[in-house]
Amino acid sequence: MFGRWWFPPAISRDAASYDAQFMRTLIAAGIIFVAVQVALIAIVWYFRASKNPETRKANAVNQRIELLWTAATAILFWGLLALGSRVWAGLQFKSAAPDAEVIEVLAQQFAWNFRYPGADGKFGRTDMRYINDASGNPFGIDTADPRSRDDITTVTLRVPAGREVKLVLTARDVIHSFFVRELRLKQDLVPGMAIFLHFVADTPGTYEVPCSELCGLGHSQMRTTMIVMPAAEYERWKREQAH
Amino acid sequence: MRRYLFTTDHRMVGLQFFWLSLISVFLGMGLSLLMRFHLVHPHTKVAWFEKLWPAGAPGGVMTPELYLSLMTMHATLMVFFVLSVAPQAAFGNYFLPLQIGARKMAFPILSALSFWLTAAALLVLLAAFLVEGGPPLSGWTSYPPLSAVGEVSGPGQGIGQSLWIASIAIFCLAAILGAINFTATLLEGRRAGMNMMRLPLTCWSWFVTAILSLLGFPVLLAAGILLLLDRHAGTSFFVPSYLVINDQPIAHKGGSPLLWQHLFWFFGHPEVYIAILPGMGLISEVIATFTRKPIFGYRAMVAAIFGIGFLGLFLWGHHMFTSGMSPYSSIAFSVLTMTIGVPSAIKTFNWLGTLWGGRIELTTAMLFALGFVSIFVTGGLSGIFLGQPVLDLYFHDTYFVVAHFHLIMGVAAIFGIFAAVFYWFPRMFGRMLSEKLGKIHFFATFAGVYALFMPMHLVGIAGNPRRYADFTAFEFLSPLLPVHQIMTAAAFFTAAVQLVFIFNLFWSMRRGAIAVVNPWRALTWEWQGAAE
Repeated sequence: MFGRWWFPPAISRDAASYDAQFMRTLIAAGIIFVAVQVALIAIVWYFRASKNPETRKANAVNQRIELLWTAATAILFWGLLALGSRVWAGLQFKSAAPDAEVIEVLAQQFAWNFRYPGADGKFGRTDMRYINDASGNPFGIDTADPRSRDDITTVTLRVPAGREVKLVLTARDVIHSFFVRELRLKQDLVPGMAIFLHFVADTPGTYEVPCSELCGLGHSQMRTTMIVMPAAEYERWKREQAH
Repeated sequence: MRRYLFTTDHRMVGLQFFWLSLISVFLGMGLSLLMRFHLVHPHTKVAWFEKLWPAGAPGGVMTPELYLSLMTMHATLMVFFVLSVAPQAAFGNYFLPLQIGARKMAFPILSALSFWLTAAALLVLLAAFLVEGGPPLSGWTSYPPLSAVGEVSGPGQGIGQSLWIASIAIFCLAAILGAINFTATLLEGRRAGMNMMRLPLTCWSWFVTAILSLLGFPVLLAAGILLLLDRHAGTSFFVPSYLVINDQPIAHKGGSPLLWQHLFWFFGHPEVYIAILPGMGLISEVIATFTRKPIFGYRAMVAAIFGIGFLGLFLWGHHMFTSGMSPYSSIAFSVLTMTIGVPSAIKTFNWLGTLWGGRIELTTAMLFALGFVSIFVTGGLSGIFLGQPVLDLYFHDTYFVVAHFHLIMGVAAIFGIFAAVFYWFPRMFGRMLSEKLGKIHFFATFAGVYALFMPMHLVGIAGNPRRYADFTAFEFLSPLLPVHQIMTAAAFFTAAVQLVFIFNLFWSMRRGAIAVVNPWRALTWEWQGAAE
């Protein structure tokens, strides 16, 4: 509608239902906005003192109209909420399918790290003692664990198009937030918690990920991208990374 | 000395609070201008930045840590020392006894103590500018672990953050003392004949605000003390195990960052109503006076004030939809959030009902009251987006939120304060403010804030995160620069026209037309006596 001063195009079905709910809310809010502002100006103009030497009505109470506007706003607000809650329930009340692609996300001041379990489908053990950013081990992966051998770690997120992805989000220092505008999704990464986020991205492409919770002086530079790849290409990429 | 400084006279204490908040609002506004300038000119060298902050602006270019510390101080000054002081402590101390026919507040010494604690809190806060590392960069919400682990998480997180917490703790004490005083005065100090259902709506809103303060500030005080213990006594209320910050392992074990968010917002949400309820009460009285009509639906208005206050205590979780809290709790918080829209709408409709059929005089006080209604509706409507958890998944921590709370909490409350100044000035200083300058000030400010905050929704819809020191690292942010330039220009314009107000205030105090008794022909008791 406003080009780049508006939402970017949605890349998932959930994002499309988000947009529908946004438009419903925008229409309701827009009508109320115009109606109340116009009414305010019109009433002030119509009842201005220069045209009305006396007050016209000394009405101080009207139970019927009071009940009417109370009920009308309650129905409107709760109705919008009911519609919005259906979208919310669809996103948040069901867990990811068992065969979803699981990827770990670890945020730190001021970088993103991603870990894939590799061909064995299992993540290796981690311990904070092994954390070493300089040697490329931000997760603290224990290399003695055989399951860790084929783990892949990256600094940009790659996901397969059309398949469900389940992110396991953690942070190792302060709170950060993972935000993909095109998915209409945002989730904080909280130290001490593992938070799940699942989605199906349909449109291949590269999407920016801005950190969205104040995390320190480098907050506005904490950028990565999410690359949505056609599923076959994604599998090929994973095989290439494995050795 | 005794008369002006250590006074226990409720009017003088009210004025002390008024001047304190006036200083704070100009400081806070100045900081916001520096921030708006930096956002659109991130690389421009300004020589006096370096003079003021040698470490924060080397070579005259503002560093991100300086930007974030200015942001923290802007919000803290505005939320605590302006919005929690002017509407309640300043005008409340002055006019509550006059409106209920009392000669003084119930505990005059508490009034004075409350002011001096507030002044001390302000000095402790400003001291953060002078210490190593400067003020904290963790924002007015100060989420741990960022705020809990000290300098390792960033400059300003050392002594600056400790001073911030100490300042807020002192402020909490002052607010609690003030709230006790207001509650007691309202219940016990009314003159015979002033029964509760005859109270002006200002008194009802001061009463409910005092109750919210009594319930909210102690929780913030406790949370602040826990945070200080985490920082200085080795406890782990808010810091979990196994953190590695800046390659340093952190020794804390087993705390919960979300615990702080619950405690903080249990105070932080009622705080919004602490800021706005007194304004709602005042503009109801102003509208009644300048329509020459009684308030439409007085009982519904009182019920709505209580409804807003009561519901306002139970919806803090809507600040936490993306925090990792249970998605089922989000639904509960959301239902209550949308429900609070109902009493808010009742108030709006009743204001329109009061205007209907009246004889409307557009004095400056009335214009600010009408501006309040307009801004309150605009700011409230973005709330029905943010109150839905699913829509908040995108808008949380974007400029859409910044636009929302600046309009409904900031600008609306400030319009309430302006209405109060123009309305009560004759009673406070015995002279009239210039209506001509007042009207110029109103229309320029009204246009300025709309030009500033309406485009802000747009950049929020484009996904622009808040609390970014610059927009240089992201491709999707650079096309938004023209919108930010408009906002920055509007911010400077709005700030400049406040000089008209300052001139009007100080000029009229000395040279304004002498006020007659009850110049607005109002019916409330504060006017039924001689002007000062």
